[in-house]
Amino acid sequence: MKKEEVPQDSDNLHEGTFKQIMYAVDNSGNYVQVQSAGWEPENIALDQAWEEVNERVKAARARVEAGEISPVAYYMEKTLMDLPLLASYVGKFQWQVKRHMKPGVFKRLPQKMLLRYADAFKVSLTDLLQVK
Amino acid sequence: MSNSLFQHTQTAHCESGVISNLLGHYGLQISEPMAFGIGAGIFFGHLPFVKVNGVPGTTYRIWPGAIFQRVCKRLGVRMESEKFSTPEKGMQALDKVIAAGIPVGLQSSVYYLPYFPPSYRFHFNAHNLVVYGKEDGQYLVSDPVMDTVTTIDPESLEQARFAKGFPAPKGKMYYPVHVPPTASFEKPIKAGIEQACHFMLKVPIPMFGVKGIRFLAKRVANYAENPGDRKATLYLGNIIRMQEEIGTGGAGFRFLYAAFLQEAATLLKKDELSKLAGELTQTGDLWRNFAFAAGRVCKSRSADNVSYKELSEMLFQCAASEEAFFKKLAQVKL
Repeated sequence: MKKEEVPQDSDNLHEGTFKQIMYAVDNSGNYVQVQSAGWEPENIALDQAWEEVNERVKAARARVEAGEISPVAYYMEKTLMDLPLLASYVGKFQWQVKRHMKPGVFKRLPQKMLLRYADAFKVSLTDLLQVK
Repeated sequence: MSNSLFQHTQTAHCESGVISNLLGHYGLQISEPMAFGIGAGIFFGHLPFVKVNGVPGTTYRIWPGAIFQRVCKRLGVRMESEKFSTPEKGMQALDKVIAAGIPVGLQSSVYYLPYFPPSYRFHFNAHNLVVYGKEDGQYLVSDPVMDTVTTIDPESLEQARFAKGFPAPKGKMYYPVHVPPTASFEKPIKAGIEQACHFMLKVPIPMFGVKGIRFLAKRVANYAENPGDRKATLYLGNIIRMQEEIGTGGAGFRFLYAAFLQEAATLLKKDELSKLAGELTQTGDLWRNFAFAAGRVCKSRSADNVSYKELSEMLFQCAASEEAFFKKLAQVKL
């Protein structure tokens, strides 16, 4: 990659604030550091990853409202976690966390467990109980 | 408390950047490419069974922490490295060390670092940064992929250091206790190059090194059937992000390694290395073409069989190019 070829495809996702370093070749063939504002393929990939997240959050939210799953499942998507990660945050087995995603089970969870979830998701207890 | 000056230099990659910045603080000047090369950071691996959020992992570099260990060993730097059972202990230990004016390297999750743009904040646990002081209750941070120094509140830093998941940082902190004032780079460069060639060419596991690129290429050819269009674009997106994105440790490792070879050529007075650097630059450009084409497929959200085949073909070219390159590099008499 030549110095002039270092991509400067800025993207709204990064709010134009973030520049990363790339190594590129100058006219005499020597490597130099060049700042880059972003690159199209990376922006596409990142956009796509966030779209996927947003879709999953939306779907989870609809299912919470329909009474199919508990807020645990919704906040797991919202905080970009997956089941193994969430399980390790609350110190439970994956099958236990999965059970807590059932609205009936969730309703009967002790305060202590609810607080652990609230802590893992960095939300208040009220927000955990009531998905806004 | 924090009047120790810390020279912050922005780098492409967090781990080699922290090494360069930390050792530079003790007067041992080592550039980022040199650290990356001596640490034999260049690699490739595709791990379909290690999934994050349902997407298989791809890496263009050696596993986190390896560059650090190797550089320290090869340059005779002694590091103190600690992990902690509780966040309280970890934060106390950090306070104690920075109070003594010692800059500390920390392993952390990207998700909890408020100074990053939100779009980059995924659960990635192998990021490295330096804390070099504390002022008005805020930690002073030199994050090598950031433009300038920044600050972070204790709560966020604690969350970032004690994030769960893989690999769990467990508050890992490290700082040099002995840095030789000068070090000869010749032997370390040689050892680094030998090791890199070994890892790219000789590891007898099909997912690693040049074999790993071919392994991925074969899978990409079948992406239309397995995992199917919708997921395939997510898989491709991940391959691109691992290649280019900061935080995840991407950032064009091929160019970084080429920059190392160039520097090594001057130091060792070996023109061959400089010539090889030029060849690796071309390989890096092949990877960029691949990312560009893959990005197009992601954007159109689907691809017919032909474009997956084309992408696969491009990966085979990358593999061939890297194989030729590393075979030549292994032949250079150093």
